Amino acid sequence: MNAPLPKRKLKVATTSLAGCFGCHMSFLDIDERILDLVELVEFDRSPITDIKHCSPDCDLGIIEGGVCNAENVHVLHEFRKNCKILIAMGACAINGGLPAQRNSLDIRDILAAVYAQPGRGVHIPNDPEIPLLLNEVHPLHEVVKIDYFLPGCPPSGDAIWKFLTDLLAGRTPTLGFGLIHYD
Amino acid sequence: MELETAKTPDALKRIVIEPVSRVEGHGKVTILLDDDNQVHQVRLHIVEFRGFEKFIEGRPYWEVPVLVQRLCGICPVSHHLAASKAMDMIVNGGILTPTAEKIRRLMHYGQMLQSHALHFFHLSSPDLLFGFDSDVAKRNIVGVAAANPDVAKMGVLLRKFGQEVIRVTSGKRVHGTGSVPGGVNKSLTIEERDYLLKDIDQMIAWSRDAVGIIKGLHKSNPALYDVFGAVPSTMMSLVDDKGDLDFYHGALRARDKDGEVIFDQVSYQGYNTLLTEGVKSWSYMKFPYITALGDEKGWYKVGPLARIQNCDRIPTPHAEAERAEFVAYGGAKPMHGSLGFHWARMIEMLCAAETIKDLLLDSDIMGADLMAEGPRREEGIGVIEAPRGTLFHHYRVNEDDLVTYANLIVSTTNNNTAMNVAVRDVAKNYLTGHEITEGLLNHIEVAIRCFDPCLSCATHALGKMPLEVSLVDASGAEIDRMTKDGEGRIGKGAL
Repeated sequence: MNAPLPKRKLKVATTSLAGCFGCHMSFLDIDERILDLVELVEFDRSPITDIKHCSPDCDLGIIEGGVCNAENVHVLHEFRKNCKILIAMGACAINGGLPAQRNSLDIRDILAAVYAQPGRGVHIPNDPEIPLLLNEVHPLHEVVKIDYFLPGCPPSGDAIWKFLTDLLAGRTPTLGFGLIHYD
Repeated sequence: MELETAKTPDALKRIVIEPVSRVEGHGKVTILLDDDNQVHQVRLHIVEFRGFEKFIEGRPYWEVPVLVQRLCGICPVSHHLAASKAMDMIVNGGILTPTAEKIRRLMHYGQMLQSHALHFFHLSSPDLLFGFDSDVAKRNIVGVAAANPDVAKMGVLLRKFGQEVIRVTSGKRVHGTGSVPGGVNKSLTIEERDYLLKDIDQMIAWSRDAVGIIKGLHKSNPALYDVFGAVPSTMMSLVDDKGDLDFYHGALRARDKDGEVIFDQVSYQGYNTLLTEGVKSWSYMKFPYITALGDEKGWYKVGPLARIQNCDRIPTPHAEAERAEFVAYGGAKPMHGSLGFHWARMIEMLCAAETIKDLLLDSDIMGADLMAEGPRREEGIGVIEAPRGTLFHHYRVNEDDLVTYANLIVSTTNNNTAMNVAVRDVAKNYLTGHEITEGLLNHIEVAIRCFDPCLSCATHALGKMPLEVSLVDASGAEIDRMTKDGEGRIGKGAL
């Protein structure tokens, strides 16, 4: 890495909302470079740590997945409130991705197809502990302001690495030929 | 079931663990305690719902192996291949050329290697190396890299190798496109084969070291490792026609908690009558059980601990030696302590590394005959042993090549009851009567992590399986029961 060392480690929080974790897997596909990365950043709330909520002074928030239920909305607001820069990572975060295929269907019909017993009322899981579903899956920018969009399903490990090293070095992130793709 | 439902939930304190971390996907645990910290109710809730099976309907069949991968980013290859196996049946009656089968196997065993490495090193090792109630700040892969740099590096490079096997066979590390209905779309070049062969002996050696690490931990503290999160239950997996361990293809075998065979060599084509999916109001994930045994007795475990103890033999020498030692350690009875999953998982990782080498040295993987042709059919069922256990894909396709029906039972769903039983066991033995601390709560998550659950996968939930819904009152007594058979007929009483 040629980036000048920052004075302190940047705090990075990550989460997966209505995604498949593939973007987080791609993040780990930076392979042994993760050992270089942790010299520059520390992980705050993330599926790979046991920190359950964002610290108030996170520098970067990296979010995979779209917004499909009430809980996703809360988490997204938590990230926006506590992170200086928010990054929508991958197709689902940017445009809803494959889970948004359900947007053309009525969520009541989908649930009824599974859990309803015709003529016997509905037995859809309804415990208060289960968050309410939204009628449609939304991309992140429809709910909060997003600073950067990193496309791909998922973006490759190399693309994520280029993006992060640009950002950490104070450059405007650019992916360029070979790294920018949408599949 | 014990501790599933408290009699007076409103009078109790509620503790919630959310999100469950260092697992794949979204989960939440709620615990209800009284003023004396006696535990009355523990539930693992799956809180997300995505509805895949419904929006697959109407898509062209050839999209499906690529589309369903998006259920899961850790084990996309499993969905890619299970869907491909189902679609093989539709396009040619389920035949493959030797080259296509071996390329798919290579892809799948590459995934076993990367998924098991990821789970053990990146997700679970911090608990095992530092202790269940160690410092939160250190309890992650970065902490492992600081304290045990060689272990962390081994984990990172094992996973990298598995991901490279996937990239070479499918074109991409995550969500590749190598397998297609009826075969595969590329074989290996000499350069690709040699690139992978160059490191494979190192991977086998590291996998053996990994088995050594977990075996050492297990034997250093049997009082913990043998009993923590104990889930005595039936175990189910695919085995090949000789009863050997096979991750790609086979027939179903189940043993009861004492190791006696319940059924064996049952074709997975009949999964629909063999299994039933129960529903509970507090989770989107269903609760499958073996129909003949009923929901109280018929729930089961899948995944490494089931597979290693279900099969008669592992077809690769180092892994077989480790399996024999594992079985001998358990004595006459199968092991059901949840931490045994980690030991079994590392034996499977070793088997995967050895199998990858055998496949790379097989000249068929550079063959040019990639696609097989046969009679077109309307329906296909594909089943595979994914890293987390048995995975079922079932589709119907109409004459316009559009999907009219899709049903999936993902590996983690099979373990739903078992995971709940494990967390209740841990809550009863570690939490009850104590002031609840972060470290104690992590014990609950340690139990969940043993199963390596893939909660993303588990949220596709939209089956048309035989379904049973029971309505219970506050005391747990059943007041009504409805059933729906595989054809959608609604009835009352047991199936």
